[in-house]
Amino acid sequence: MLERMTARLDSHGSALVLRAQRQQLIASNIANADTPGYVARDFDFAAALKKVNGGPASSSMSLTSQGHMRTGNADPRRPDQVYALNAQPAMDSNTVDLDRERASFVDNAVQYETTLRFINGHVKTMLSAITGQ
Amino acid sequence: MSMLSIFNISGSAVSAQSQRLNVVASNLANADAVAGPDGQSYKARHVLFQTVAMGSDASRGVKVQNIVESDAPGRRVHAPHHPSADTDGYVTHSNVNPVEEMVNMISASRSYQNNVEVMNTAKTLLLKTLQMGQ
Repeated sequence: MLERMTARLDSHGSALVLRAQRQQLIASNIANADTPGYVARDFDFAAALKKVNGGPASSSMSLTSQGHMRTGNADPRRPDQVYALNAQPAMDSNTVDLDRERASFVDNAVQYETTLRFINGHVKTMLSAITGQ
Repeated sequence: MSMLSIFNISGSAVSAQSQRLNVVASNLANADAVAGPDGQSYKARHVLFQTVAMGSDASRGVKVQNIVESDAPGRRVHAPHHPSADTDGYVTHSNVNPVEEMVNMISASRSYQNNVEVMNTAKTLLLKTLQMGQ
């Protein structure tokens, strides 16, 4: 019974962890905006969430034989990172597009807060259900 | 706590950018310095940034790997009556390019602001996370 009350909380919790990881990744990109040769990285949030929740990641192939090797990383908690390409190449081969990173950062911050509010609302609902008033 | 490492990442970037600003300040301060008795004028300095790993594979900070001196020739001005003039009557100034330094300064200050903003956002989000369930 209790796990049915917290099941939705779990998926929101893993979404929150992924949002925090993406926030960290974008912060690294912004920090290295002036580092020569740095390649900006990001991950597909939807695919990563699917991977955490047990579904196959969109990029991975199914392993049907002993000799098959796994593509990407096996740990579902670690999202598969992708490298960002620059629309405008830079002389120092740095691929951080600061406008894009800032937009992603703000977008991710808002999504993080949204997830947080979902969790808070859910906790409030559960508490009121438990107190039964 | 993966969000807490944002402070390490952006903190490293802020300190690297402030070091870059320091270098720009010393370059601009010495832009008009003339060669001393040894004939060596001030050489413009530039910072070299390098990515540095911080724990997990999602966090990459930045550090100043090295500070290099520019080997461009110094600016030579014909001033025969200057006490530091050489036998041909030329005075060698530093090789600082003020335009380049101003651009560098604006770029460093913008990057600094970006990273401070990142830290502010991370702080707001963390404080909201601390109030979760209340």
